[in-house]
Parts: sequence; structure tokens; C-alpha cells
Amino acid sequence: MRESSVGSSFSWMIGGPQGSGINVSAETFAKALSRAGYYIFGQIEYHSNIKGKHSAYRLRISPVPVSSHVEEVHLLSALDEETLVGDLYHEFPAHPGHAHEMAPGGAILYDRECRKYIDWIGRSDILYWEIPYAELLEQSLSELGKPGQARAYRIINNSMVLGASVGALGFDFDPVAEAIRESFGAKAGRVAEMNVLAARRACDYAREHFAGKIAFRLPPAPPPREQILIKGTQAVALGKLQAGCGIQTYYPISPATDESVYLEENQREHNVVVLQTEDEVSAIDAAVMAAHGGVRAATSTSGPGFALMPEGLGFAAITEAPGPVVVNYQRGGPSTGMPTRWEQGDLSFALAAGQGDIPRVVMASGDIEESFFDAFDAFNYADRYQVPVILLVDKHLASCYQTMPPFDTARLEIDRGAIYHPSQNGNGEFFRHAFTPSGISPRSIPGQMGGSFWTTSDEHDPRGHITESIANRLAMVDKRMGKLELAAREIPDEKKFRFYGNRGATVLALGWGSTKGAILDALRRLDPEGRTYAFLQVRIMRPFAAQSIRALLGAATKVVCFDGNYSAQLAQLVRAETGFDPQHKAVKYDGRPFSEDEIVAALEHAVAGGGDRIVLSGGRVVGPEFAHAEFDRMVELRRKHGKMLPPMVPLPPGYNR
Amino acid sequence: MGTATDIKTFTPQDYKADLHNDWCPGCGDFGILSAVQMALAKLQIPPHRTAVVGGIGCSGKTPHYMNTYAFHTLHGRVVPCMTALKLANHDLTVIGVGGDGDAYGIGAGHFVAGGRRNLDVTYIVFNNDVYALTKGQASPTIGKGLKTKSMPEQSIVAPIDPVLLALACGYTFVARGYALDTKYLVEVIAQAIRHRGSSLVDVLQTCPTYNDLHSKSWYAESVDNQPRLYKLEETGYDPLVRDPADVAEVAGKKAQALIKSQDPSGRIGLGVYYKLDVPTYEDYLKEKIAGLDSKPLAELDLYHRDITPNLRKMM
Repeated sequence: MRESSVGSSFSWMIGGPQGSGINVSAETFAKALSRAGYYIFGQIEYHSNIKGKHSAYRLRISPVPVSSHVEEVHLLSALDEETLVGDLYHEFPAHPGHAHEMAPGGAILYDRECRKYIDWIGRSDILYWEIPYAELLEQSLSELGKPGQARAYRIINNSMVLGASVGALGFDFDPVAEAIRESFGAKAGRVAEMNVLAARRACDYAREHFAGKIAFRLPPAPPPREQILIKGTQAVALGKLQAGCGIQTYYPISPATDESVYLEENQREHNVVVLQTEDEVSAIDAAVMAAHGGVRAATSTSGPGFALMPEGLGFAAITEAPGPVVVNYQRGGPSTGMPTRWEQGDLSFALAAGQGDIPRVVMASGDIEESFFDAFDAFNYADRYQVPVILLVDKHLASCYQTMPPFDTARLEIDRGAIYHPSQNGNGEFFRHAFTPSGISPRSIPGQMGGSFWTTSDEHDPRGHITESIANRLAMVDKRMGKLELAAREIPDEKKFRFYGNRGATVLALGWGSTKGAILDALRRLDPEGRTYAFLQVRIMRPFAAQSIRALLGAATKVVCFDGNYSAQLAQLVRAETGFDPQHKAVKYDGRPFSEDEIVAALEHAVAGGGDRIVLSGGRVVGPEFAHAEFDRMVELRRKHGKMLPPMVPLPPGYNR
Repeated sequence: MGTATDIKTFTPQDYKADLHNDWCPGCGDFGILSAVQMALAKLQIPPHRTAVVGGIGCSGKTPHYMNTYAFHTLHGRVVPCMTALKLANHDLTVIGVGGDGDAYGIGAGHFVAGGRRNLDVTYIVFNNDVYALTKGQASPTIGKGLKTKSMPEQSIVAPIDPVLLALACGYTFVARGYALDTKYLVEVIAQAIRHRGSSLVDVLQTCPTYNDLHSKSWYAESVDNQPRLYKLEETGYDPLVRDPADVAEVAGKKAQALIKSQDPSGRIGLGVYYKLDVPTYEDYLKEKIAGLDSKPLAELDLYHRDITPNLRKMM
């Protein structure tokens, strides 16, 4: 047995062309493992493409809770040669494959048809385990009376790859079979059984030939407990449902769409209207008006869609709509950028989007569990302060699966804010934008007798009619922006930020959003006792807890600010709000999320007196020469091998590289 | 929401806001505003059950002069705003008001979607060929080769025919009115409101300040010794699709409307060009979302949902 550098967890990866079902395999495996009691963190990387391009799915399987992925792989299941040796099909290759990520002593399960590429890997410190998938599939199909049809059923490969992993790891096949059946739903009984049988044959083969030979083993499973396996888009959607969201508007965009689709799947069960609009301008403006119309309203999008929404934010703000809640699943920008890749590049934009002074609440969830509770809280802020609320999440949080206890909703309370009733003012006249001591004007619900009102996107008087009066302008801007000050006073610090570790720690990691998981796992690895290192997670960017955060930053000897963007946007915000400039800015903008290893590398670099700006990629601190060297290496690899490489596996019709 | 004692007869006055109106003297908008108020009184729709949604521009300010729920929204976004209000409360009578630039220019994408959705809302477009509030630039409806006194040069782009556009988008009620024939406009708007589905009423409107071409006297001119403006129904025109399932009849009625709206003689027909009675967006929604059968969304209790079954599926 070899000690993994990543604690007691096991790192499994499956790679193959998109459309081949690797995500189903990984999620099926994750479900079986979760039920067995393991803690799981699953992370997928995929191209903006439907079929053919490379995708890879990592599962971190652990006897203790985990919240991030690691770079090293212990067992790699490869459906194709591209997973092994990289992209050889493009002039400028997209990736170098995954063989270089193998931990010494790890094993690669590969298809016999990929045999000739094994030599290219050039590593003798890992195991190469060949599986004759085509043969095993033919054998299974023959058992089912379908000989000679292996090519037509090639898609079953993904189940066999899963089966082979299960066998090689010595995991029990039955729960996996159960999970495979479930993945086909109620209707596909025969097809499901074909998959189960083929997976079983692959499992038996791997068990017979490889079990017990890998240097790493699955850790013993902790006692099974009630836990869910959930991804970020589902958690946000459930948070919205729990909050009573009535209307979700959206325009399809990666990686946000899954949330809206999940809500639509639940519309009958939960009486939620999901409106697919003609564009994101319509999506936000409709959400603003639905909020005025008396329902809790939300929209979900990603950067390019959010870029169309500033108009609606201003509209919501000046008409004092109770919302909407805008969830922005950040992805690589600018413009179309990298639609399926990670970035935390929209923080500055979310804080500033729109002309004029717009009161808004800007929140950022650190992980899947937080995103459920944040989505819930967002509606309370929207109703209570009658402002738009932006919840920043990202591609990583959207598409990762994680195990956790079912959400405890017992203490969640809905606050719909100040609602007008004619009896409140003796059935007098109702002014929708009345000046009040708190700055909040009670709102009526259209249709309500005695509650009719005017409102406008123009500057307006308390009644809601247009005016350009100087006195009114001053009072109205003060009223609107004052609501943010009220929010700053009322929202407690524990909602605005979280501090992990010992207050006396000398090295403080500062971060936001889905970077949280990797930072916490890194701190557990570096400093299990929590003496030297601590983590400050900023959760609400506006209103910003400037005073409390300034004090915490000032108490540390060294502050390393982690940002998933080139310009260190959190560091900029912290500097603007507190005057404190974090000494080290650790940034990552390669389109992939921080791994635990990268956080460790950055912190060690900072502690060792490294430079102020720390750029991370591929699991380590990199210099400016890194990108070009890596680039040249891949181009060279392709030049050497690419021309002699017909697509190894004949792809089903419709696939392209 | 009202009780029996609340019932009273509404007069046009009940829909009028007590607010100084800042439209130019002689503006065609006044006629349309009055017609909307009279149509609502004619239909006896309580003011508090009515929501008027305006775009931006002179006509967009209409909600301020209405004593209803009144939203003066954004340039081009009347359709998304109407859509959301109607979805939030399908018991509301939702009326959109805005200019031709608002509807057919900046809001064109939304206009298309509005027709496709076929929600039960009424969109009244004030069509005066110019962007008046910005001092008279060409709007999408001005004819190619025309130049108002406010334009520096002739328009060199083809105009949009609102009737044709609405037919293509799927509006199930398409009509044309004239701002200065208020009496007839009331009838057309009342029919549009009564129609179950997305209604477009394109109202020819004079802009005495910037559009010297299509003035009151121009509309009053004769063409081939006949009045330029005439009422479609007086010529025996029948806009109604009798059998919505009959694809040929639907196409035929659309073709008839197109030919009528582009009359080469230069005469302009007022009234209903096309009417199709089919289920609305809300009808389909009620099939999917059972709660909407009994109450509008805004009145449903959505605040005690049980997500446990969702969580169970994730175990």
C-alpha cells in the first residue's frame, strides 16, 4: 500500500469523448459509493460541444468529508486514446491527456484497441491494465441472443468502463448494478439489463486480472448515513423552491441552464412557473415585473447573459421592485469566452453593472450547501429591501456533485418585507414610493383593492409620477441608497463572511465562491490542527462587512488572496472597502478551478517568501514561461504523432472531433 | 377580491389619473388614452384589476394618466413586462401601451415572442412614424423615400407593416385603429381586450409637432374619390377564423389580412384584420400547474413547500 499525498481519499477518473456517457458512469458510480457511506466530491471538465470532444470526470472518494478535487489520479478509466495521450486532432491541441496526472503506483484501465498508444505515455511507474471491451461486449450480447452487434451497442462501453473500475477496486458490484438500473429510469428495462450484464462481465474480468494489484486502495467505507449526492444547480433550484419562488425566467446558457430545467421538471409538483424568454433582457425585465406582480421571482444566467441584464438591474432598483434574484453562474470570459470552463471573473461587473447608483445585494456561495441557503436568503433580502439581489456562483459549483446531509430547513423563515394594506393609513391615498423612516415603502400587490399605484423607470415622486425636481431627486436617491445601509446594519456578520481556523493564525487565506472547498481541504492537509493557517471567506460583497474584515486581515502576518481571475477582483474590492491590500494575490485564469494542490502550492510559495503575484495552473505555481512551454510541448507531441493517427475508435455517426 | 358592496358602475372618469398631461396640444395620444379609458368602462373592468404597462416615449407615459396599476417601464420591453404581470396574476387585465419604435424597433424581438406566447394581453401601439420624444427621427413604420419636417433626409429603408408582422408572429387578434376616431377606436380596443389571446391594436396616430406628412388632414383626404380611412366591416370583411384546426382557413385568413393591409390604392382599412380563437399560454400553463386552476400564482401559498421528496431522490 502506498500513502497517497492527498490523505485517505481515493482519486478516480473516467475520460472519453462527449456523448459517450462518461458523466452517467461517474454519477452512477458516485451514487453507489455514496450509499455505501463514502464522502464524494465529483468534478467534470467538458468542452462546449455535444459529441466527440474530450471530457473527464473525477471522483474523490473519501472516508471523511471532502470538498474539492485533487490533481493526482489513482485509477484512470480511459474510453479512448485521447484520454491517455491528449488531443492530437487540432493544430493547437486542447489538452495533454491525463496520463501525466497519474500518481506513481496508480493504474490505467484502457481498451485493448488503445494498446499502441501506451508506449507514447513513457511512464514506467504506473500500471497499464488492458481490457478487451469489444470482446466482453460481444460475449455479453451473445448471452442475450444478440451476437455480432457489438458495434451498434458501443455506447454500453461506458457501463463496462465503470464495471471494470469496480472490479479492479474490489468494490461490490451489486449496488453499482442497482445504480445503473436507476440511471435508466423506469422505462428502459431491457437496455438497462444489457448494460448491467456487460458491466458485470467487465467487472469480473478486472477482478480476476487486477484486483489487489494497484498501490492504492479504496479506503474502508465509513458507516452509511443519510446523505444526498447533489450538484450546485440542483441546490440553487431547491433553495429557490424552499423560498417560495413563483417564477423563474431564463434564456438557455451554459452552465446555468440545468437549474432552470430542474425547476421546470418540478413545476407540477411545486407550482412554479418557468418562463423561457427570447433573450436575457426579457428574462430580467420579466423577473422584475413578476416581483412587482406579487410573486417571488428569479432568473439564472451566465456571464454573456448577465452582460445583457444591467438594464433590468437599474429598472428593478429605481422602481423598488422586491427583487428579482439573479443567479450568475460565472464562466470563462470575456464575451463568449469559455462556455463550459470555470472563472470567477464577474465580481467587479456584478458590483457595478448598470448606470447610475443602483442599490443591490451581491452574494457569493462557497459551496453547494451554501448555495441552497444563499438562494433562500436572497429572496428575503429582495423582499425586505426591495432591491435586486445577485447571487454569484460558477461553473465549478454548478456541475460538481458532492455528498452532504439533507438540508435542514427547520429554521428557515420567509420574510416578505413590508406589505401595504389600506387599513394602515386609514384607507387614505397609497404612495408606492412613500418616504419612510426606514427608507422602505410598503408595497401592494397588483389586483389588491385600494393598492393601485404608479411606478416608473424615470425618477419619480413618492406617488410614482415622473419628476425632475432637485429636492425630490436628492431625497429619492438617498432613500434608495439608504436601503443598502439598512441592509448593512441588519444582515449579520455571519452571513457576510466566515472565518475558519484559529484567530491567532499567522497566515490567512482570503477567498470567495467555490474556491472555498479547495482552500479548506488544503488547510486540513497543511495544518490539521489549524494553528498556523486560517481562511476568511467573503460571502456578501455588498453590503461589505468592512470593519470586521479589516480587523481580521490586520491581525494576520501574511494574507494570501485567492481569485479565479487575472485581475484579482476580490483583492481590489477588499482594498477599496477596507484600505487593506492583501500582500499576495494568488490567481488562476486557465479556465479550470483551483485544486487542493494549487492552494497548497500557493500558500507554501507565499510562506517561503515568494512573489506577491502567484499564478497557478496544473497543480502548481507557474511562471510566465509556463504557458508557452506547455503549449509548445503539446504542439510538438501532435507534430510527432498526430499525422499517423486516424481516429482510433470508429466513432458513431454524428460524432466529430 | 372585491365584495358585493364594492360593485359599482365604472365610468371613464374612474380610470383617469389626476395628473397634468405633458403631451403636445393636439397630440393623437389623447384620443388613444380616452379610448382606452372608455373601453375599460365599457367592459366594466375594475381599475384595481387592471394593469397598464407603458414603454418609453410620449406614448409610454400613458400609464401615468391611468388610475389603475400603472407601470412606466423600459424602452422596448413592454412585452416582457406584460408577460410577467399576467403570469403573476392571470386575473388581471393587462394592457400594454407604447410607440411604434418601442414595439417594432428596439422591442422587435420581444414583439415576436409576445405573439408566439399568445398570453391573454392587449398591446396598443401608438404608430406615428417618428420617434417624437427625441424630436422626430424616423421610426420603423415610416415609408421608404419619405421625409418628415423633423428628418434631415429621406428614409432609405423599407417600413414594417405592423399587421403583417403581427400575423407572422402569431398574434391571434390583429387590428388597426385611428387615434382621432375615438368612438370607433373604443370598439376596437374593447374587442381586443375581450379577445382571449395576444392582441395587437396598431393605432395610426398623428404627431402634429414632427410628422407633417401623416397629419389629420392627410388622413381625412380622399383617395380615388373615396375616404382614405374606412372600416373593414363595412366592406363585408370577415376576420374570424371559423375553424382553428383548419390549416387552410387559417392561412387564407392571414393572406386576406395581408392583402388588405397593403392595399395598393393607398386606402387604409380600420378594424379587425384577423381573429383566431385558440387556447392561451395560461390555458396550457393551467394544465401543467394545477394550482393555477383555482388561484392566480400571486395568491397561491408557495411558502410551505416540502422539498423532502426531491432530497430523497438524491439519496
